[in-house]
Amino acid sequence: MMSLIIGIGVVLVLAILYMIFRIGNLMGVTKKSDSQDGIDEDQNNLNAWLFLAFLIFSLVGFYYYSFAHIKEFELPVASEHGVVTDDLFWLTMWVVVGSFTIIFIGLFWFTFAYRYNKNRRAQFFADNHKLELVWTIIPAIVLALLIFGGLDAWSDITGPATKEAEVIEVIGQQFAWTVRYPGVKDKELGRQNYKLIDNQGNEFGLDLTDKNSFDDFKALELHLPVGREVLLKIRAKDVLHSVYLPHFRVKMDAVPGIQTNFKFKPTLTTEQMREQLGNPNFNYEMACAEICGQGHFSMRLLVVVHTPEEYEKWKAAQEPWLKQNPEYLKRVPAELRDVALIKAGFEMEGTTPAATVAGEPAKSTESKSTLN
Amino acid sequence: MATAAAHTHAETHTHHDEHEHEHHEGNFFTTYLFSEDHKTIAKQFLLLGMFWALIGGLFSVLFRLQLGFPDADLSWLRPLLGGWITEQGKLHTEFYLSLVTMHGTIMVFFVLTAGLSGTFSNFLIPLQVGARDMASGFMNMLSFWFFFLSSCTMMASLFLPTGPASGGWTIYPPLSALEQAIDGSGTGMTLWLVSMALFIVSSLLGSINYVTTVINMRTHGMSFSKLPLTIWAFFFTAIIGILSFPVLFAAALLLIFDRSFGTSFFLSDIYIGGQALAHEGGSPVLFQHLFWFLGHPEVYIVLLPALGLSSEIISTNSRKPIFGYKAMVGSMLFIGILSFVVWAHHMFVTGMNPFLGSVFTILTLIIAVPSAVKIFNYVTTLWRGNIRFTAGMLFSIGLVSFFLTGGITGIFLGNSAVDIQLHDTYFVVAHFHLVMGSAAFFGMLAGVYHWFPKMFGRMLNEKLGTLHFWLTFVGVNMVFFPMHYIGIAGFPRRYYSWTNFETFSGFADLNTLVSIAAIITFAAQFIFLFNFIYSIFRGRLAPANPWSSNTLEWTTPRVPQHGNWPGEIPTVYRWPYDYSKPGAKDDFIPQTVPYSETPESNLPHENELVKLEVGKGAPIIVPDNKGHH
Repeated sequence: MMSLIIGIGVVLVLAILYMIFRIGNLMGVTKKSDSQDGIDEDQNNLNAWLFLAFLIFSLVGFYYYSFAHIKEFELPVASEHGVVTDDLFWLTMWVVVGSFTIIFIGLFWFTFAYRYNKNRRAQFFADNHKLELVWTIIPAIVLALLIFGGLDAWSDITGPATKEAEVIEVIGQQFAWTVRYPGVKDKELGRQNYKLIDNQGNEFGLDLTDKNSFDDFKALELHLPVGREVLLKIRAKDVLHSVYLPHFRVKMDAVPGIQTNFKFKPTLTTEQMREQLGNPNFNYEMACAEICGQGHFSMRLLVVVHTPEEYEKWKAAQEPWLKQNPEYLKRVPAELRDVALIKAGFEMEGTTPAATVAGEPAKSTESKSTLN
Repeated sequence: MATAAAHTHAETHTHHDEHEHEHHEGNFFTTYLFSEDHKTIAKQFLLLGMFWALIGGLFSVLFRLQLGFPDADLSWLRPLLGGWITEQGKLHTEFYLSLVTMHGTIMVFFVLTAGLSGTFSNFLIPLQVGARDMASGFMNMLSFWFFFLSSCTMMASLFLPTGPASGGWTIYPPLSALEQAIDGSGTGMTLWLVSMALFIVSSLLGSINYVTTVINMRTHGMSFSKLPLTIWAFFFTAIIGILSFPVLFAAALLLIFDRSFGTSFFLSDIYIGGQALAHEGGSPVLFQHLFWFLGHPEVYIVLLPALGLSSEIISTNSRKPIFGYKAMVGSMLFIGILSFVVWAHHMFVTGMNPFLGSVFTILTLIIAVPSAVKIFNYVTTLWRGNIRFTAGMLFSIGLVSFFLTGGITGIFLGNSAVDIQLHDTYFVVAHFHLVMGSAAFFGMLAGVYHWFPKMFGRMLNEKLGTLHFWLTFVGVNMVFFPMHYIGIAGFPRRYYSWTNFETFSGFADLNTLVSIAAIITFAAQFIFLFNFIYSIFRGRLAPANPWSSNTLEWTTPRVPQHGNWPGEIPTVYRWPYDYSKPGAKDDFIPQTVPYSETPESNLPHENELVKLEVGKGAPIIVPDNKGHH
């Protein structure tokens, strides 16, 4: 019933609009073309004034809103290169807003100022090489300067990571991220192969014939040390994803079949950022920036930045993947099984008293050297 | 050979025309459906393009409902969308992606490529260069009907139970290749690829015709240096299309192989749906290279015709020559060439070699220079003009405004280091919707308002046109300008909702504002639709030259019949921009007026040309004309 009434209402409104249009049309016919060129000067002037109003309202609105509110839109930055790219962004912004304002005013002011006037004739002004040279060369120079700043930053950001970089693997899949750390003992990521992935637990496709894989551990959050270079090794299992860490100004696609990298240095711990923002609930987050299916909008991963000490402590407290999935021990070749037991932190029968995970490193390097 | 052919063609025309004329009067099918007349084909493209624009616009309103009013109950849409509205009255998450994908595909290809180039290249090339019709009327007809088939295929995909393609309009594999990844990559994607293959055939048939016609069928005296900028724009657009669309065809073909025949061009190392696939050694990045090798020139395929139309309209209605004619042609040529070497700026963070990123940054920012030149030239054309705000002029000024607002943000995005943060955020959405979407759309509307009198012999209502313009102009600004802010705040594209993230959960108010503006803008298009249909039948009869314009199409009868000019094709003596020439009686001198008739306004070098004009209608020798006729 309600929708019927709404329907009738809409039809009536449309009918009234149509009547107004018809009446307007008929009135137009009676007083047609009083000016010699058939131009309705009132309407022409109305448009000119509307353009002037648009110019003023949009520019004032733009500047007012931007200065009053831009801080709310600025994401706090928490990485070293992020400061550089942000500076570039704002430098570009000043250049762009400056030239935009000048051209915008020119465009709409001329539109207004040179509106039709039956007593005036337009100026025949077909070309001027000097002017054209000027506005070819000036943008070229300004753009060149912006490019050089950008290319410098780009080659720093995409250059090779240092040897000391903390390597972490991030894997995208529909619709979650998983993170793999190389483990505290060998500090090397073990090999993986997508054909070894299964439903029972080997979600990384970890290759257990590689001894580097024994102490690798999985994390459900991305933990990072502050002030140290981090190298993300990124891959995807099924379709394209994109690692997007908005506060760190990091974005890199995760591509099935190709490993991509992004290195960066976090500059503020989660705690420091909470203090700086005065928001005790603040958290860093990782999102997916490449369309990957219906859960694309929900691929959130919590990111925690620690002080280096906390970070080492957190890492040491993690259980290697192999220890969590002991049934995969049988995939380890017989000659490596002892190394596997030690590196994964299994309690060894007979030889040593129950080794705590934290107390293990010295022991493991020793056993590694003997066994190798 | 071409010379001889064109010559005999011209000689036999009078007889030929009458014959074809009768033929066309007699048969409904050959007159309105399978017509080989370029004007009818242009109208067919326009109508189908407008139909698609409504569908594409409706889709954007649907997903803006979700983004602007995430808590709203959308059950009332169930009669239209059926199962795509969930039990809770929400848009289905996957259908949301279908809408986004189809909105992009429809707008970029069906509306702004076929609807824009198809309409105006077809309509204006023969009329403005002075030809009876296109080089091949038959190919031209095929071009439309391939587009029609392509449209039917795409339309059919909308009604599949698994939905249309939903992997984004860029259809990146593996998402677009694997049915397991998303339902839309099943039959929906197959139909998308078939439809696009047909579309490419249509586009190539059209483009080859445009290029041939412009080169071979210009009338007496119509040298390249006297071509209106519209024709230059269509000419470059067609060449770009011929060179780039086949690459998309290749990419689509390889994707079909990967999907259906087990090849691994784009697929490698995939574990999905509980099993590892056999594909190895392919590269998803390769697809992106192929796609953007078309995809970037496509931006200019969409934009250049709009710039050409607006150049003509702005010059006419400012009553001034377009400023820097040669620079305008030169910058279009330069943009056309550069458009082929900037594609990888869409791929800075896809895992492509970073060195390529540096190269493409440089090339991309170079393309900003000719674009800037064009804007400056438009603004200078307005300066000291005597501006008539016809609806076509309003939309052309709107186009320049969007080209400026949207183009200038390309300076951020083209810079690889800055692009890291902005890539795939709403900043990009704002950028390309303004510079390519809205600018080209405004160019198309400007063209319809300006050439409607020649298409249908009647005038559109200017008051409704003005209303339509202001609602759309303000609306589009309100839709896309706020997106810059949301983009700076880091909001990613193609998100169904942002509430999963603390980082992105603010600014719901801005998203609501954008959605409301989008709905108003969409509704305003119905004013145009009404005006369009009403005026075809009841509009004021158009005078022969309603805008006091110089170009050739206004020398035809009110409604040009098959063959365009009842008698001989007029000869051209001058460039198309002699507006407000000092000394001249009127403020315009059509291209068909010889210099010998205008001694009072001739410039010194033009007086030299008078000697070469033997007589009206006779062959004339102009130094830069190679003598096609």
